[in-house]
Amino acid sequence: MALLRLPERVPGLPVLALVLLLVPLFLGNEFHLDIATQIALIAATVVGLNLLVGYGGQVSLGHAAFFGMGAYASAILTGTYGWTSMPALLCGALLVAVLAWTLGRPILRLKGHYLSMATLGMGIIIAIVINNEGWLTGGPDGLAVEPLTVLGAELSIFDHYSVLGLDVSGALLWYGLAALLLLLAVWIARNLVDSPIGRALRAVHGSEVAARVVGVDTAHYKLLIFVISAVYASVMGSFYAHYTGFITPQVASFEHSIELITMVVLGGMASTYGVILGAVLLMLLPQLLTDFQDYEMMMFGLILMLTMIFMPKGLLPTLSEALKRLRSRPATAPAGQE
Amino acid sequence: MVTKNRCPYRAVLLIVLLVCGMMTPAMAAEPIRIGALVSATGPASFLGDPELKTLELYVERINAAGGVIGRPLRLFHYDDGGNANEARNFANRLLRSDRVDLIIGGSTTGTTMAAVPLVERAGRPIISMAGALVITEPVRPWVFKTPQSDRMAAERVLADMQGRGITGIGLISGTDGFGRSGREQTLAVAADFGIQVLADQTYGPQDTDMTAQLTRIRNTPGVQAVFNFGFGQGPAIVTRNYAHLGIELPFYQSHGVASDRFLDLAGSAAEGVRLPASALLVPDALPDDDPQKQVVQDYKAAYEARWNMSVSTFGGYAYDALMLAVAAIEAAGTTDPDAVRSALEQIRDHVGVTGTFNMSADDHNGLAPESFRLLEVRDGQWVLVD
Repeated sequence: MALLRLPERVPGLPVLALVLLLVPLFLGNEFHLDIATQIALIAATVVGLNLLVGYGGQVSLGHAAFFGMGAYASAILTGTYGWTSMPALLCGALLVAVLAWTLGRPILRLKGHYLSMATLGMGIIIAIVINNEGWLTGGPDGLAVEPLTVLGAELSIFDHYSVLGLDVSGALLWYGLAALLLLLAVWIARNLVDSPIGRALRAVHGSEVAARVVGVDTAHYKLLIFVISAVYASVMGSFYAHYTGFITPQVASFEHSIELITMVVLGGMASTYGVILGAVLLMLLPQLLTDFQDYEMMMFGLILMLTMIFMPKGLLPTLSEALKRLRSRPATAPAGQE
Repeated sequence: MVTKNRCPYRAVLLIVLLVCGMMTPAMAAEPIRIGALVSATGPASFLGDPELKTLELYVERINAAGGVIGRPLRLFHYDDGGNANEARNFANRLLRSDRVDLIIGGSTTGTTMAAVPLVERAGRPIISMAGALVITEPVRPWVFKTPQSDRMAAERVLADMQGRGITGIGLISGTDGFGRSGREQTLAVAADFGIQVLADQTYGPQDTDMTAQLTRIRNTPGVQAVFNFGFGQGPAIVTRNYAHLGIELPFYQSHGVASDRFLDLAGSAAEGVRLPASALLVPDALPDDDPQKQVVQDYKAAYEARWNMSVSTFGGYAYDALMLAVAAIEAAGTTDPDAVRSALEQIRDHVGVTGTFNMSADDHNGLAPESFRLLEVRDGQWVLVD
């Protein structure tokens, strides 16, 4: 797990920024831009989840619930109570942080995968609450969400804005915002990973006992990273709600949690850029497979199976290792490595 | 389906076009682009599957007969799997990528409402096949729907209860969108019929036993009848439990179970159950002077011949949606969205499978409560009561 050095050799962040900048040029229409924006938002969520799964070694099966709580907090506070977007977003994030902390504190003292079970239960409970409290959440039929307001200005995908004298569609601006958010998410994640917190976490992931022996407060670090990744999900959930303009309890559902985890596993655990690739692939799948609607779930399962069998480390780490091996072979092939 | 335009300069051109106002100039003999947003797989597939089959069948038939205003129909359809977010994305795809003239769908209230903001913004008519009242109330200029609203079903049942002299009922409903909305509408209109809801119980969509809820209803004093608002397998289980408990009170179901499948699932327990349903369930029992008789019989025959499976009420919603669209385009003589929209609003006396549609500027459903027929199960068959 700790051998994934690609992001440190290639300057990942500028490359990602360049890719995000170039993407709009290759998109055929606003529908493609719309999908790209959603992918960026979900990818940022998955980058946060990866901190927990890839570095903290803990699996959360209820991350969509945090995402959904952020989304519903924004939707309800801006829609029903007339707040502006940012306070609503922060309020949602705070709520999620408190919940994650309360849930994680007793559980993360234990060794092993108890967090998965706790988050599984919590996720399902939150999904049920959102479904049942129709007076507040609109119930299973969903809830319309107000457009995002930033610094007093409304950012709607349907409007046009003049930026530096240019007429720019709201959809393109939203894409820019989502791309910025993704870059920010990656930047924070990379810094966390390379900080003492990140090193402590990798030690925990490697061997919790060994980490404790050398004096790492394992429970503290696990809790910290759990709360951080939950807040990631909540913040992205808020933006996602404002962007799509309509949310249903499905955003908080167990299936959505599984989708998020699958993106991490597919892209490559503990590889920040890998999980982005995972998000891109899984989000594009339903759009690419419209002609094979009946087989979508089958393809989904097949991809997951093949990944687990042939690339257990995930797509990007496996590919980068293969590339490295290919490059080093003609030069100095170290003896005895076979 | 069709996704072209990969070149960057075309993208710029397209965006400029969108900026200018999203009008596609209609060319002669250019196909009329009909978008369909259905839940053909997933939990709502019992709605979406017959709907999609109906649309495919009638698009074929209309094209074979020469199309509409001299132009063939072209169907673009996507399966949202009952997921509202997918529905939103596919609606966007239909509008911006496939540039459809009109959308039929979605199958459920959630998928419809997720698509509505985009559709309204793009200014294309959408004809939903979902039941909840919120779709057409308040009226949104571009949004129409073909099924009767759940309030109408509640009114039909309550009126029949009133006719039998019932004043107190027990209500049991599912916690899915359909059951929840139906429960709210029933509670809202019960008093208008002089009926009190004395017991109000719910069950989850996955529950396998509702004996506890029914026992509580039975033990509530003053209950003279029981009304179950739900769809899927839940109501069939309620019906079985009802029979096992030996409750003698009149038992009503909603239109959510109006299919032959309910008779199979509930078996002999369904004897005596009454429910509001579309005429499609009893095509042969309709009197000969009933205007719907011919339409319903034709649809049933065509569907069953083509797909070799029995017809369902939900497919009828799709039939009506397509036929309303065709009628509106014919009346407008063009696919210009504004013209089609106002033509839809002016549709009068359009006899469909679900009922007779009389649209207006403030009624985008156009059906009267009488379009629901009251049926009773006798000897394992649907019998027309009223």
